[in-house]
Amino acid sequence: MEKSVSLFKFNNGVKDGLPIGLGYLSVSFAFGVKASILQIPLIITLLISMTNLTSAGQLAGLEIIATLGTFAEIILTQIIINSRYFLMSLTLSQKTDDSFSLKKRFICSAFITDEIFAVALSKPGKISVKYFLGLALLPYIGWASGTLLGAVAGSLLPEFIVNALGVALYAMFIAIIVPPATKERGVLFAVVLSAGISCALYFVPVFSALSSGFAIIITALVVSLITALIFPIKTEEEVLDA
Amino acid sequence: MPREIKMLLLVLAMALVTYVIRMLPLVFFRKKIKSRYVQSVLYYVPYAVLSAMTFPFIFYSTGNLYTALIGTAVALIASLTKSSLIVVAVLACLAVLISGFIL
Repeated sequence: MEKSVSLFKFNNGVKDGLPIGLGYLSVSFAFGVKASILQIPLIITLLISMTNLTSAGQLAGLEIIATLGTFAEIILTQIIINSRYFLMSLTLSQKTDDSFSLKKRFICSAFITDEIFAVALSKPGKISVKYFLGLALLPYIGWASGTLLGAVAGSLLPEFIVNALGVALYAMFIAIIVPPATKERGVLFAVVLSAGISCALYFVPVFSALSSGFAIIITALVVSLITALIFPIKTEEEVLDA
Repeated sequence: MPREIKMLLLVLAMALVTYVIRMLPLVFFRKKIKSRYVQSVLYYVPYAVLSAMTFPFIFYSTGNLYTALIGTAVALIASLTKSSLIVVAVLACLAVLISGFIL
C-alpha cells in the first residue's frame, strides 16, 4: 500500500517535470551550439551540463573554459552567479518531509534549479524525496540531451545556420528578463543598469582588459547591491499580510 | 598542462562550487534568511547576471553586427508580447538568418 502511494508521488513529480524538461531541451540546445562555436570538445560540453544543470553559470563558465582562464575566476564567477541557489536550497529545506534523510539531501541538492525549485515550492504541504527526484528526472534528461544535440548540430550544420543559432541563447535570456522588467521597476532598473555597466566594461579601454568572468561578477554584485537598496522586495510575511 | 586536462579541471571546479552552494543549506542549515536586504540582493542577482551576459555579447553572437542587431530587436519585441522562450529564440534566429541573405 505504502509502496503504491510513493510510486504515485514519483509519477506526480515526473508529470510536473515534463514542461520543465521540454523547456530545458531548447535552452541547452542553444548552449550546446554556443559551446561548439567556442570549439569546446563535445565530451567536455556534455560533462558541463551533466554536472552543473544551470544556464547562466554554465555560459559564464564556458567562456572561461574556452579561454583556459584561472581557477579563481571560475570559482568566483560561479559563487556570484549561483548564489541564488543558496537561498532556494534554504527555502526548500523548510518544505521537505521526513523522507529526506541526510544521504538523500546530499543527492537532491544537485537538482535545485530555478524552475524545479519554483514548482516544488508551489505544492501545498511538504514534499517527499520521491516527488522531488521525479520532478528532477525529465529536466535533467532534457538538459543533457539538448546539450548533446546542440553541440552535434553546431559542428555539422553549415556556417550560416550556426551563426543564426548563435543568437538563440541570448534571445532566451532576453525572454527571461524582459517580461518581469515590464512589471517590476526594481527588475527593470537592475536589467538596464546591468546592461549599461557591462557595455561600459567591455568598450571603455581601461576596463576592457578585464576578463568576461570578472566583468560579470563585478556588474552583478554592484547592480544587485544598489538595486536592493532602492527597490527592496516584499518579504514573505508582508505578502501574506497584504 | 594539456588544454583538455585544464578544461576538465575547470569543469570539475565549476561543478564542485555549484554543487556546494546548493548542498550547504539543504544539508546543514534549517533556518531562513531574515534580512530583507540580503533577500533583495539575492532576488536581483539572476536578472543582473543575465542582462550583463547578454549585453553587449549578443551583438557579436552571429559574426555580423547588423544581423545580430536585427536579431536583438526581434528578441526584444517578441519578449514584450510574452511569447515563450523557444518562440522568442526561433524568431530571433529566423530574423538573423533572413537578414543574412538580404544584407
